[in-house]
Amino acid sequence: MDVELIRLTKRYGETLAVDAIDLKIPSGAYCCLLGPSGCGKTTTLRMIGGHEAVSSGDVVIGPYSVGDAPPAERGTAMMFQSYALFPHLNCRDNVAFSLKMRGIAKAERQAKAMKMLSLVQMEHLAERLPAQLSGGQQQRVALARALVTGPKVLLLDEPLSALDPFLRVRMRVELKRIQAELGLTFIHVTHSQEEAMALSDLVVVMKGGRIEQAADPRTVFERPATAFVARFIGGHNVIGLPEGPIAVRTDRMRLGEDAGEGARPARVVAVEYQGTSVLVGLDADGIERPADGSSALTAVLSDHAFAARPLALGDTVPVGWDEAAAHRLDA
Amino acid sequence: MTEIVLPAPALAADKPRTSLNAGERRRRRLTYLQAAPMALVFLIFLAIPLLLTLMVSFWEYNEYEIVPAFTLQNYRDVFEGCLNGSDLCTTVRTYLSTLKFCALTWVCTLLIGFTVAYFLAFHVRSRTTQTVLFLICTIPFWTSNVIRMISWIPLLGRNGLVNDTLQSLGLTKSPIEGLLYSNFSVTLAFVHLYTVFMIVPIFNSMARIDRALIEASYDAGATGWQTLANVVIPLCKPGIAIGSIFVVTLVMGDFVTVGVMGGQQIASVGKVIQVQMSYLQFPAAAANAMVLLGAVMLMILGLTRIIDLRREL
Repeated sequence: MDVELIRLTKRYGETLAVDAIDLKIPSGAYCCLLGPSGCGKTTTLRMIGGHEAVSSGDVVIGPYSVGDAPPAERGTAMMFQSYALFPHLNCRDNVAFSLKMRGIAKAERQAKAMKMLSLVQMEHLAERLPAQLSGGQQQRVALARALVTGPKVLLLDEPLSALDPFLRVRMRVELKRIQAELGLTFIHVTHSQEEAMALSDLVVVMKGGRIEQAADPRTVFERPATAFVARFIGGHNVIGLPEGPIAVRTDRMRLGEDAGEGARPARVVAVEYQGTSVLVGLDADGIERPADGSSALTAVLSDHAFAARPLALGDTVPVGWDEAAAHRLDA
Repeated sequence: MTEIVLPAPALAADKPRTSLNAGERRRRRLTYLQAAPMALVFLIFLAIPLLLTLMVSFWEYNEYEIVPAFTLQNYRDVFEGCLNGSDLCTTVRTYLSTLKFCALTWVCTLLIGFTVAYFLAFHVRSRTTQTVLFLICTIPFWTSNVIRMISWIPLLGRNGLVNDTLQSLGLTKSPIEGLLYSNFSVTLAFVHLYTVFMIVPIFNSMARIDRALIEASYDAGATGWQTLANVVIPLCKPGIAIGSIFVVTLVMGDFVTVGVMGGQQIASVGKVIQVQMSYLQFPAAAANAMVLLGAVMLMILGLTRIIDLRREL
């Protein structure tokens, strides 16, 4: 089912957590709400799920404006950041919980719960208590619990943040598989641009309660709307030129002889070997360093290109970019 | 045991295994030493007095002396007439009366305690307000037990505040008799005195419930009552059990409240013991105390059968 947010706003006293955002998420899409902490992404998710009262505006799920309806009536289910599994119930009863609340007979709800557990490959641990499971296993159970009532929209609040990096990548694949298999709309809150890129059909980059850009990941990466998006999504140099800021992908920077006409001299301040590529940090006159104090420009060279013309700290090298690679930013 | 070689103090790495064991032993001795003060307190103030009481319960006594001996006569006296005849013997009747107060008080304190704890834990948002309200709950404890009980008397008496008010409002024509010196007043005083012993452990259990669980329950379509029955109460079980143990043991052993609020007319096990003590029938009192101890321990054992406290804590 598609989800639409219309002028959705959340106020906490004087502060605006979510500032009149409009968004349309098509049915069956994997949507990631991406942004730094405090950008309003979790609040937005909680308003969609009915866990936070809407200050003004509307959440429309499918054909209905959901208003103040409780989560079960919205057709949404939430997977919580810390999984929120009931510690006194075993996996099967955790999954069957919402069915029990609906008054479904014991045998039927347990059978259904076991089916869901097998979808996430956890049926062999059905009798265990949550405390006896690893983080990844708890997450699978939480996913099964969220899916058991057949929601049309699944809301995931930083579902992978508690896992170790290796497991995170594996669960990412799993989430995508289950989403494709069930054809549900997933709305996934994350602060990792890598996760958003890997998973989503629609990336919504948020900042200060507003949407900076909502587009498919390729568009967001190729044509970031603002300097904030370009910086947050990574892989871009944001360069303030007299005629306005531009973003140039780090792998489209040209060094040395290739630099072209508009090249300017730059000093090498960092060289990081990354295996398939080498990151070169550069400082150039007239280009400001970003607020985080890293080098003004970053160039990514393939390991071949770097090996052919190695650079060392302190070297001065001309730096430029193709006119075609420069993407004009709004602000 | 795997050896972990630390960079700075290389002592552990190059010393032989025996010295490691010595260290282990020293650590163990230290652990015992740390537990010793509490163990000593228990020994002096609990174990030894209990053993002495047990010993005295087997002694003989008459009107003017207590004689060290070994007789089961005191226990026989406790259960005199219990095995024959269709009427209930005094001891059983006394226990039933005490158990009745126990059950009434337990139900009332549990209901009130749970409600208050629920309000404090789930409806009061700010930590400061929570603490302040919590302290208010303990204010009655700033005065003595007896004074708190006695203060009910001018309220509940025949010409007390309650009866006066009811009459002046025209709700009753004559004073209600059963307000004071009755089962009602005894139960009321118990509830007043002991509710806080329910509030504290239940609140403690509730405070440890992750709020996300309540949200998850709401997300699963549970109503408020369903969440209460399926999430909050199961997770409060340890608190409820601890509070229940407090209330049950306090009521079972009480003699002051039953005396004062019952107008010295209502029997209780504690009262029986106290009376025997005042007539210096120490062996009889000791035997009664032992029986009471057994009864209370059985009740607590039953309680821990229902709730595995050690697992829950």
